[in-house]
Amino acid sequence: MQISMEVNGDQVSADVEARTLLVHFIREELELTGTHWGCDTSNCGTCVVLIDGVPVKSCTQLAAMAGGHKVTTVEGLANGKELDPIQEGFMQCHGLQCGFCTPGMLMTTRALLDKNPNPDQAEIREAISGQICRCTGYTSIIRSVHWAANKEAEMRETAVSVHAGAVGGGAA
Amino acid sequence: MTVTEPSPGAPAVSSSDVLEDNDQKPMGFGRMLRKEDPRLVRGAGTFTDDIKLKGMLHMEILRSPYAHATILSIDKSAAEAHPDVIAVVTGEDLAAHNLAWMPTLSNDVQSVLATDKVRFQHQEVAFVVAKNKYAARDALELIDVEYDMLEPVVDVRKALDPDSPIIRTDLEGKTDNHCFDWETGDAAATQAVFDDADIVVKQEIIYPRVHPAPMETCACVADMDPISGKLTLYSTTQAPHAHRTVYALVAGLPEHKIRIIAPDIGGGFGGKVPIYPGYVCAIVASLLIGKPVKWAEDRTENLVSTGFARDYIMVGEIAASKDGKIRAVRTNVLADHGAFNGVASPIKYPAGFFGVFTGSYDLEAAHASMTAVFTNKAPGGVAYACSFRITEAVYLIERMVDVLAYDLEMDPAELRLKNFIQPEQFPYETKTGWVYDSGDYEPTMKLAMDMAGYDELRKEQAEKRERGELMGIGISFFTEAVGAGPRKDMDILGLGMADGCELRIHPTGKAVVRLSVKTQGQGHETTFAQIIAEEIGIPTDDIDVVHGDTDNTPFGLGTYGSRSTPVSGAAAALVARKVRDKAQIIASGMLEVSVADLQWDKGSFSVKGDPSQSVTIQDIAMKAHGAGDLPEGLEGGLEAQICYNPENLTYPFGAYICVVDIDSGTAEVKVRRFIAVDDCGTQINPMIIEGQVHGGLTDGIGMALMEMISFDENGNCLNSTLMDYLIPTAMEVPDWETGHTVTPSPHHPIGAKGVGESATVGSPPAVVNAVVDALKPYGIRHADMPLTPSRVWEAMQGNHTAPI
Amino acid sequence: MLGCLLASPSEDKKVSPVQVPAPLEYERATSVDHAVQLLEQYGEEAMIVAGGHSLIPMMRLRLANPEYVIDINDLADELNYITITDSEVRIGALTRHQELLESDELAAVFPIFRDAEKVIADPVVRNRGTLGGSLCQADPAEDLSAVCDALQASCVIRGANGERVLSMHDFHQGPYETAVGDAEILTEIRIPVKPRSSSAYNKVERRAGDWAVASVGAAVTMNGDGTILDGRVGLCAVGPNTTHIEPISAALAGQVPSEDLYVAVGAIAAESCDPDTDTRGTAAYKRHLAKELTVRSLRNAVARATGQEV
Repeated sequence: MQISMEVNGDQVSADVEARTLLVHFIREELELTGTHWGCDTSNCGTCVVLIDGVPVKSCTQLAAMAGGHKVTTVEGLANGKELDPIQEGFMQCHGLQCGFCTPGMLMTTRALLDKNPNPDQAEIREAISGQICRCTGYTSIIRSVHWAANKEAEMRETAVSVHAGAVGGGAA
Repeated sequence: MTVTEPSPGAPAVSSSDVLEDNDQKPMGFGRMLRKEDPRLVRGAGTFTDDIKLKGMLHMEILRSPYAHATILSIDKSAAEAHPDVIAVVTGEDLAAHNLAWMPTLSNDVQSVLATDKVRFQHQEVAFVVAKNKYAARDALELIDVEYDMLEPVVDVRKALDPDSPIIRTDLEGKTDNHCFDWETGDAAATQAVFDDADIVVKQEIIYPRVHPAPMETCACVADMDPISGKLTLYSTTQAPHAHRTVYALVAGLPEHKIRIIAPDIGGGFGGKVPIYPGYVCAIVASLLIGKPVKWAEDRTENLVSTGFARDYIMVGEIAASKDGKIRAVRTNVLADHGAFNGVASPIKYPAGFFGVFTGSYDLEAAHASMTAVFTNKAPGGVAYACSFRITEAVYLIERMVDVLAYDLEMDPAELRLKNFIQPEQFPYETKTGWVYDSGDYEPTMKLAMDMAGYDELRKEQAEKRERGELMGIGISFFTEAVGAGPRKDMDILGLGMADGCELRIHPTGKAVVRLSVKTQGQGHETTFAQIIAEEIGIPTDDIDVVHGDTDNTPFGLGTYGSRSTPVSGAAAALVARKVRDKAQIIASGMLEVSVADLQWDKGSFSVKGDPSQSVTIQDIAMKAHGAGDLPEGLEGGLEAQICYNPENLTYPFGAYICVVDIDSGTAEVKVRRFIAVDDCGTQINPMIIEGQVHGGLTDGIGMALMEMISFDENGNCLNSTLMDYLIPTAMEVPDWETGHTVTPSPHHPIGAKGVGESATVGSPPAVVNAVVDALKPYGIRHADMPLTPSRVWEAMQGNHTAPI
Repeated sequence: MLGCLLASPSEDKKVSPVQVPAPLEYERATSVDHAVQLLEQYGEEAMIVAGGHSLIPMMRLRLANPEYVIDINDLADELNYITITDSEVRIGALTRHQELLESDELAAVFPIFRDAEKVIADPVVRNRGTLGGSLCQADPAEDLSAVCDALQASCVIRGANGERVLSMHDFHQGPYETAVGDAEILTEIRIPVKPRSSSAYNKVERRAGDWAVASVGAAVTMNGDGTILDGRVGLCAVGPNTTHIEPISAALAGQVPSEDLYVAVGAIAAESCDPDTDTRGTAAYKRHLAKELTVRSLRNAVARATGQEV
């Protein structure tokens, strides 16, 4: 069957078997191999993508179910050369080692920050509790998310003051 | 030896407090962000299943549902008739080409595809090659295998019973399930001490079967070029060169016609050291069909058929004086090796480095004896960051020391401090013949106790006990042995464990270093650049680190047993010094002074006493490739190659303290805190070291509280998915608190010891010791892993059972 | 549960999991009536998919092999809502676990939902999994059945012939079995709101995201004089027939709340269940948890019903 959806801002369409899982559609049809798979029972979370901004385990959805929706994968985080702050945070704080769980972690923590710009440690742990990392021991992932949260707070402040400056017409 | 402040591992606060110095960009050692991260955070890594070649086909494996059964017949006609299936191959087909069996890394043989019978659940029986993954999977259901079930051997304690079915009927004259016997130490001397000692404590201690379970399963793409006859095998291998040589020996392919490429690997932990039947089948498939063939195992295949870890039943004994001097340690071990002996240990060490069960203590005598047996389970044993069975050895001694503390009613920290090998005793030869290179244990232990607030914790515990609340404090002090190993002592299938390294400086002063080891997340692209930068003063951004491809890297035995830093890291340092020595000679020519008149300032040579007269390494590189004469006898170019044969292993150590609270109503264990002080000698990148430690500590919580590969009485594996093989999430682990001390290795060129497995080695006993300590009010002296709520509760009722 | 299904092959069953679904056809329902019509049309070869996190894993194991999969995820207008009045709460079957967790209004009237949802699956799975999907899967270790039972929920089922309303007791028929027929859809659950009432849930799992080793939900309604008017306890993962335990309600009716009462009721709960020993725990331990968690859930529920913060 023909399945069409928006992926990372682009309209895509492909003719695949109806039983095709979303993770395979993304990896094989769209050749976006940043989304991974690591289990068969929806436990590991290496396949997490965003559907309409919400984290979903793409191994547990038929591609057809995502038809007509907006899918974001790790490849859709950066803006050209400019990394998303969450990606920067993971780099700054050693939030990845082998990198295999990382795309899923990035998507979930990106969605977390979109919903809750200032999560505490318990909230971050809870948000990623459906995903497994065998390398990092999680503390560095929490630091990475905090780093990104702080960076985005700074960016918002700068944006506000720039805006205020513009509006105020140069008044101090 | 330096004692330093704890790393910023204290409970996570705002990022700016902790992370001001993230981007140090040191010229050499220090905190540096990773060179591999830019691609990995973009999802632009290349893992084996990401690889797509033109015309590539897909292979899947049919596996046995039964643990022990004769194969009566295989009807593959329906599968072959599937429109998208290209080939279906059975053991019989492989046998016709002598490919149905292959050697293991322990000089045993194992089936590639079963021929006579199957010997463990999920053993490989046939494979299908199809146009795509879904068709291949569909086709598996179309293969009809008739089995005649045999009684399986599942209980390791019964494997040598006279009426036990024989598993290894493929071995001529085999009349039992015995695999090997092994011993180390001096039995008579040990007995003498036991006879003389005030107190003897004895305890059976089990290390259940667990699994490395990296997030990426094993996979390969075999691409046999029918014209050139060259096989390119992309695979998840921690040891590309070793694999290449073994494939040459096994498959009869000339070695220069085999290229192994290990791309990005999503975790190895020893699980990607063995050569699995799936790789061999993919190679055969590509050979037969003349197209690339991909094989990517699913998670169940990974958990049930690839190299497991541990599975030792150890009876430990300590002989001590009544005031707590540990005099001798003895153990007898029953080792479950599964259906084939596939352990990836140096060949003279069938029990790996278990000989370091003597621990960090100064003993008068020690002895260990072991019986290893076959059972109807997957082969393996050495995996999951075990440092070749040192996880088992350290678990044994650290659990036993706590049992002694319990019986003597002594504080376990005090007991350890009383018995440590003293700094002046190093290099220290243990009673089992291991020479610990350096150590200074007490400051490490004391730092951990300070960081933990040990005395306050004991006070809190006493108060809680008055109120019936269960709180436990567990200590583990470990010395482990890594960096295998000297050629005279160690080889795997006849391949010595020396590693090569090549460094070339280009005319414009950039560099490429080629390694024999292979990272699976440890950050070698970063740390090896740092080693080179430290020695030769070229910025890490200007150094390209190449590894994983046998066509363009030097020979070496790969990454496992924490050997990359001790062996390949040494090679990198020495090759850089060799290049620097040559650079010095060239510089002497450029500055027209003698070599002895030059001074090195990490990146440049200057004339002693006249710093204005200097040349940079970049200047020298250009000169080396350029016009004009070079000093007498010197060839052009600026490169070198070495093969490093380590003189000894290295011996990192550490002190760990775990604090747990147990809900007395539900018996749930919560790890409140974990303090880890590691000493891995010289630190190359503290950020990476901390990451390695955090990961290993998580392993310890996993094994201590929830991980186990178990079987029912029919040999069916009960933990064949990640729903049933439980790995810790962020909810089960605390905010790690880490610190370090530095006791360099005297024989390593940069004094570094390696740290990759230390935390996996040292943490399980800390957690188990903490749980047992919490249960002291119940009179519990020992309880076995995994300490799930049910097992803890049963122990509290007086019904502790062994997990196997 | 699925893991246990994998472990032991029967004579004729190939145990190697296939890991990809069997070929199927996919249809997307445009309304509930359309979904019912498709179910009628395709008969027993058709299955509904909502969140997919029960069905798709089963399909990957070839334990479920529908020829037609009918996707009802577009039916939010008709099936995704939490409506609260003074007398009743109605929750649409397509309401996601995450929505049940986040609803402050729902937590105010039935805190048991928030207690349970915090420990159902994991946050990512909760984004897709639905109330209806969980109830209809009827896994013995799935928590919302116990929650709905404790709350005396009714289930609204729609078929070609219209709607029918069943009690949880009649809806839930056993492991993986409900009263929903082949051409029917669960559309809504209805829960009566009573004054001086509250509820609580407690669960033990070996690790975050795991199925329950055991869990217990309790709901109580108090009399004006501080005694218990009505109390119900729902048990999960401790064997079949652990809903609607009459002796428990009888033991609670008219009683003054106390620790002794909770312990006594806990003992009844332990006797009323029949857990199995498996990799999650021994039968004895699960029975103990039935008691211990009943005590805790009753204690929490009563405290909340009497205005104390828990």
